[in-house]
Amino acid sequence: MKPKHKRLVFVGTGLALLAFAAFLILSAMEDSVVFFHSPTEVVEGTANASRRIRLGGLVEMGSVEKGSGTQMRFRVTDLKATVPVSYTGVLPDLFREGQGVVVEGQLRDGVFVADQVLAKHDETYMPPEVADALKKSGQWQHMKESMQQAGQLPGSKTR
Amino acid sequence: MSVELGHFALVLALCVALVQGSLPMVGAHRNNLAWMGLGEHAALAQFLLVAISFGCLMHAYVVSDFSVLSVATNSHSAKPMLYKVAGTWGNHEGSMLLWVLILVIFGAAVAAFGRNLPPGLRARALGVQAWIAAGFYLFILFTSNPFERLDPPAMDGQGLNPLLQDPGLAFHPPFLYLGYVGFSMAFSFAVAALIEGRVDAAWARWVRPWTLAAWTFLTCGIGLGSWWAYYELGWGGWWYWDPVENASLLPWLSGTALLHSAIVVEKRDALKGWTVFLAIVTFSLSLLGTFLVRSGVLTSVHAFAVDPERGVFILALLVIVIGGSFALFAWRGPQLPAGGLFKPISREGGLLLNNLLLSTAAASVLLGTLYPLLLEATTGQKVSVGPPFFNAVFLPLMAPLLIVMAIGPLLPWKRGDLAIVLRQLWLAALTAAIAMLLAWTLYDGRSVVGLFGFGLAAWVFFGTLTGLARRIGLFQGSPVNVLGRAAGLPRAHWGMTFAHAGLAVSIAGMTASSVWKDERIQVMRTGDQIAIGGYVMTFQGAVNAPGPNYDALQGRFSVARPGQPAFTVLEAERRFYPVENQSTTEAAIRSTLRGDLYAVIGESQIGGGYVTRLYFEPLVPWIWTGVGLMALGGVISLTDRRHRVGAPARRRMTTTAVAGAGAE
Repeated sequence: MKPKHKRLVFVGTGLALLAFAAFLILSAMEDSVVFFHSPTEVVEGTANASRRIRLGGLVEMGSVEKGSGTQMRFRVTDLKATVPVSYTGVLPDLFREGQGVVVEGQLRDGVFVADQVLAKHDETYMPPEVADALKKSGQWQHMKESMQQAGQLPGSKTR
Repeated sequence: MSVELGHFALVLALCVALVQGSLPMVGAHRNNLAWMGLGEHAALAQFLLVAISFGCLMHAYVVSDFSVLSVATNSHSAKPMLYKVAGTWGNHEGSMLLWVLILVIFGAAVAAFGRNLPPGLRARALGVQAWIAAGFYLFILFTSNPFERLDPPAMDGQGLNPLLQDPGLAFHPPFLYLGYVGFSMAFSFAVAALIEGRVDAAWARWVRPWTLAAWTFLTCGIGLGSWWAYYELGWGGWWYWDPVENASLLPWLSGTALLHSAIVVEKRDALKGWTVFLAIVTFSLSLLGTFLVRSGVLTSVHAFAVDPERGVFILALLVIVIGGSFALFAWRGPQLPAGGLFKPISREGGLLLNNLLLSTAAASVLLGTLYPLLLEATTGQKVSVGPPFFNAVFLPLMAPLLIVMAIGPLLPWKRGDLAIVLRQLWLAALTAAIAMLLAWTLYDGRSVVGLFGFGLAAWVFFGTLTGLARRIGLFQGSPVNVLGRAAGLPRAHWGMTFAHAGLAVSIAGMTASSVWKDERIQVMRTGDQIAIGGYVMTFQGAVNAPGPNYDALQGRFSVARPGQPAFTVLEAERRFYPVENQSTTEAAIRSTLRGDLYAVIGESQIGGGYVTRLYFEPLVPWIWTGVGLMALGGVISLTDRRHRVGAPARRRMTTTAVAGAGAE
């Protein structure tokens, strides 16, 4: 086999594989990408209700109600709009009222049915998506100040 | 005082790196041996200086010197000694210092053990290393100085994130970095070779042991991280396709490809340009991984704004290293002469297919990891790409790779016959069929992934053993002859056998645990029983069990076979760390050959009882065993006489009559 042919086979196989991978990626992206929305967007209906989404905000103070067994309800807020969430399972160690949370699931009849609750970083951590949701609702500055007072957010210098 | 000494040593190391990056390079260009020789001394000096610097920082952590900002924010006086030491690299600043420490250790190793490298190549490789080091020194000194003082000093530290206070995670970063940074050697040699315009078998023989060492460390590092996630996060999963995990998987994929393509350069003098390209890509991915994790860019583009200085510096460094080396490759790469020829069906062909599949897999994982970043930067929409994407893309690419993995090593160099090899693999095909049958009947819940996972694992495992049996002529001659042949088999071949078999074992474990995991979440009161995985677990109540720097609630579960007395008690803990105001879950795990029994205790309920999570995780110990076998394979291969750093350069093989046996 001549070098030219060898290179042709090499390039041909490579291209075929890339095309195959691109096909797999495109077909996978269709339903495996999860969009993030703030409570305001969910309430106003800009979020697509027929898809799985992520909802991020603060766990509203005093909103956590334990049901029977491991079932529970709480509300997620960006201090402007509030969405009720129901969840069955065990909460992560860092789930607390008044703190940032990201839940994944689907909206059903006005209630967000979550199958995943993410609050996995340390207690000073605010998920960037939540911080953004708060900034969008215009409540970030207010929130940051009250958190800094409570010693929950680090000062400006430490990470 | 020692803190200032550490800071000063780091500044000196920067100066030495600048000298090492320039004079030996010029010397190599002018063929001035004295200038070239300077690189060695400089590399050793850099190692000494950074070691002093790192030692000083570690000292500050050990004695809890809270006048140092990084100690005050990341340590606490009540922490056990192991985590004071590990705390040195449990934060951004310290971990960057560990990064350069490992970088200069590798540089010093080239200086110390590379005496019979061609002087020009060695001088240039050390020069490239020095430039990488210089970039990192500047980054540390200007944006993340671990020696920054805190005035007035803090009364006590803010503590280390309790999730990190764990033996698995104490050793995870050093191993990971040894892997990441180890690939810098392949990178430096690749860039040096591009500057020289020469890549030959001797070059590949030099690059292989370094790549192999880096690969072995990275394998251990990923394994440790995964093991930690498994028992510490308390969700019973060992891989989440989290961006941080992907960042470590990417260089592993391309590094594995590099390991295999370097063999082709060494044995057959082919694929030279491609190998150099892979060396550059692998280290670029290591850098990208380090920075994506370190800068926090991955969770969101806006994390950049948290510390714009750091982010911009990171980006600049990435652009210079990656852009520069690719530009050099584009300029000099085409001048590399083409080498040995081969047919598509041959050992080279198999290795090439391995490379293509691994690089495609790496490219798709990279795309999935960066996609949220790209989308947010272009449209402002926030998305997350999760396991469904990666499983859908990654698994179909791995299947052909595993099929070829059993066939490739049996093919001769240059030209082979697929039919003959397939006939040799009858045992592997038979066991694969049996494994698929077992997967179909043994476990409830039929799954295509489970079926093929088991089949492929058996195929690779027995295919690898078939290769070994043929090489040592297992059924030919007396046992003494066989043993003699086994002892005479190159260590590299033993290494490959262990690594490939290890991967097969891991795959069986990964398949079983992801497809047939049994999970029970419920509220349990003392005396309640749950039947799971063929065992009965009885909740025996919860007690308080305080530790050195935490309080813990300990839930006890006795485990028994149905109708038999309990054979073990699982003690799961929920720990609360008052300093960090944070709680962690400590799962209790009992491993058996068939799988892990895994128990987690949750919060107490108002009506009495506790939320508990019980899992039966089939074959999970197989995953760690397999990873261990892979790493062992790497170590065995490193002891091969031909890989020994500084082995006398051999003449290129001219005979090709060794097709079949003895071609390794």
